[in-house]
Amino acid sequence: MPIDKQSPFTLFAIDHVLSEEERAMQAVVRQFVDARVKPFVADWFETGDIPARELAVDLGNLGVMGMHLDGYGCAGTSAVAYGLACMELEAGDSGIRSLVSVQGSLAMYAIHAWGSEEQKQQWLPGMAAGTAIGCFGLTEADFGSNPAGMRTNAVRDGSDWVLNGSKMWITNGSVADLAVVWAQTDDGIRGFIVPSTAAGFTANTIKKKMSLRASVTSELVFENVRLPAEAMLPGVRGLKGPLSCLNEARFGIAFGVLGAARDCLQTAIDYSVDRVQFDRPIAGYQLTQKKLADMTLRLGTGTLLALHLGRLKDEHLLRPEQVSLGKLNNAQAALDIARECRSILGGNGITLEYPVIRHMNNLESVYTYEGTNEMHTLVIGEALTGLPAYR
Amino acid sequence: MKIAVCVKQVPDTWAEKKLRADDSTLDRESADGVMNELDEYAVEEALRIVEAGEGEVTIVTMGPERASETVRKALSMGADAGVHLVDDALHGSDALATSEALAKVLSGRGFDLILFGSESTDARMSVVPAMVAERLGVAQLTFAQKVTVSGGAITIERATDYGYDTVEAATPAVVSVVEKINEPRYPSFKGIMAAKKKPVETISVADAGIDQSVIGASAAWSAVVDFAVRLPKAAGTVVTDEGDGGVKIAEFLSAQKFI
Ligand SMILES: Cc1cc2nc3c(=O)[nH]c(=O)nc-3n(C[C@H](O)[C@H](O)[C@H](O)COP(=O)(O)OP(=O)(O)OC[C@H]3O[C@@H](n4cnc5c(N)ncnc54)[C@H](O)[C@@H]3O)c2cc1C
Ligand SMILES: Cc1cc2nc3c(=O)[nH]c(=O)nc-3n(C[C@H](O)[C@H](O)[C@H](O)COP(=O)(O)OP(=O)(O)OC[C@H]3O[C@@H](n4cnc5c(N)ncnc54)[C@H](O)[C@@H]3O)c2cc1C
Repeated sequence: MPIDKQSPFTLFAIDHVLSEEERAMQAVVRQFVDARVKPFVADWFETGDIPARELAVDLGNLGVMGMHLDGYGCAGTSAVAYGLACMELEAGDSGIRSLVSVQGSLAMYAIHAWGSEEQKQQWLPGMAAGTAIGCFGLTEADFGSNPAGMRTNAVRDGSDWVLNGSKMWITNGSVADLAVVWAQTDDGIRGFIVPSTAAGFTANTIKKKMSLRASVTSELVFENVRLPAEAMLPGVRGLKGPLSCLNEARFGIAFGVLGAARDCLQTAIDYSVDRVQFDRPIAGYQLTQKKLADMTLRLGTGTLLALHLGRLKDEHLLRPEQVSLGKLNNAQAALDIARECRSILGGNGITLEYPVIRHMNNLESVYTYEGTNEMHTLVIGEALTGLPAYR
Repeated sequence: MKIAVCVKQVPDTWAEKKLRADDSTLDRESADGVMNELDEYAVEEALRIVEAGEGEVTIVTMGPERASETVRKALSMGADAGVHLVDDALHGSDALATSEALAKVLSGRGFDLILFGSESTDARMSVVPAMVAERLGVAQLTFAQKVTVSGGAITIERATDYGYDTVEAATPAVVSVVEKINEPRYPSFKGIMAAKKKPVETISVADAGIDQSVIGASAAWSAVVDFAVRLPKAAGTVVTDEGDGGVKIAEFLSAQKFI
């Protein structure tokens, strides 16, 4: 008889709290990832090269680009459906999820929330279709956790703006058609839409990464980039602009990382059931079962937390510090799960023949970007005590 | 052009399938239900025909309550409407009964073209399309790897062992398609959301005017007398090559009557 075993999600009856429509959307993304990502992603990771343009168009056809936004060619799904899509994409690779997060939650969201009608008409339909790729430039080499100190600046010249400075660690940078760039101005921090063809704009791909290798990460350099007045996002000034976008992306990450964790855990469970040492499957040893049980608990509770945040978001009740709960808990849980699963795979765990070490390395980036573990801890600390402890 | 596509919900191809102890039928609750893979090709082909010209695609299924998910999936790919025949009396129907029930549902609805996948992954008999055509008294163009519609004529390339035959018929006609015909699309999110609002007609055996005595397990022309669980795979035999590896392989193959 075949051994009867349940997946961690079956054990938690996660499907039970999803609607038929949510499950259908999750299923399509999973099917897409199984067919179009999983068979190739280890090679993309190894060579550090992804067919970003092709993937973007495929993902656009599926409808995942800016899927939770309304109008302008976007699908207009629920926030939970967006979260589930992130989860399935990241079960393939965090790099693919990053491509979609940056496109939809950072670049498209910025234009959708803070752009003029003309900017929305000009950019959003192509970005929803995946024929135009966006990136989001906030971080600089010297200003990561503390973006308020950014040095990139835009100065008025007649009705134009002249942009100078550089951005670091920018996902999609070298493959993007447009960059949403945040810069200091005489009117505080403002956002600008910079087409990749603008004179004086260069994007340099960052090499020698050990994480998110199936994702393009770049440095953006602006040397006297002249932009028309219409390039500025009119709807927002100050750090509120970029932070509102990050909140969207972090929400997706709270779901996404669990996809990577689920893939690791399922791989480790299957491996441990097959792998015999000392004449028994290693899954039959109590030490292994303790690992599997602990990881399943963290995966399942993390998923319930993400879904809870998703339901709040769909009711427009989700606050930024609650998003921090999700990002902090789930990124940490996913990274811990990936590391533990890596150990269960023994020597095989260090190769790209299995997805685990790839997820594990990817999750190091996800742990750091979109607010480090420490930053989200401080957000929660402030929420609990009313005392900001950043400086 | 009015097109019907008959689709079937089957247990997930990768799932461990079980038979029910009580009546030896497939335990459809034991595994996730998915749209029969070849039916996806039929849906895709119908959508392409309509997109290249004009018309309407109706999804027809016979199956338990939850087969409605499969109708919904086809609607989310882009089909316009669904008809779901669901009735406890249908449980255990064989191919003859299924074709009778489907023919009753299909007749009188004015379909010009009725598409099927060429087989289902659970029963794998490939006979239902031909039987339905026969019962409806229309042409059967089976195993199509290409379909061309022009005016009132349907031309197909029927896949064969030696290549293909070109077969033509006037509408209305039944066409079953093989995998080679196209690559089915993924439902888009917009499609999934739109599918919720599309009409699905749920009908019973009585509604469809099906004679109760020719359907269900009691009317089946064959009966499962007994079944046993497949034995677990035995460990493979390792043959060490001591210069006579070729001979040993040949001996193995001939012992198994492969050569
Ligand atoms: C692969 C990848 C892709 C990225 N994509 C983008 C992108 O598309 N767009 C973009 O704008 N940015 C992007 N980033 C940048 C990312 O957001 C930053 O790396 C992140 O904000 C951390 O900044 P930093 O690297 O400068 O680290 P630092 O801010 O220098 O932090 C270093 C360490 O110090 C800790 N620390 C800092 N301040 C405090 C404090 N007050 N108390 C305690 N600890 C503290 C941090 O938590 C961290 O552990 C990306 C990064 C990576 C790795
Ligand atoms: C880069 C690299 C270089 C290496 N170089 C050498 C070398 O030069 N020479 C050499 O001989 N070997 C070498 N090794 C092999 C290494 O010693 C083995 O990988 C290691 O002993 C683990 O064995 P395994 O990979 O078969 O994992 P397994 O033994 O299958 O272990 C898998 C998991 O199961 C756990 N486990 C096993 N049994 C039990 C139990 N009873 N109870 C609880 N948990 C259990 C393990 O702790 C582990 O977490 C190398 C490995 C690597 C990755």
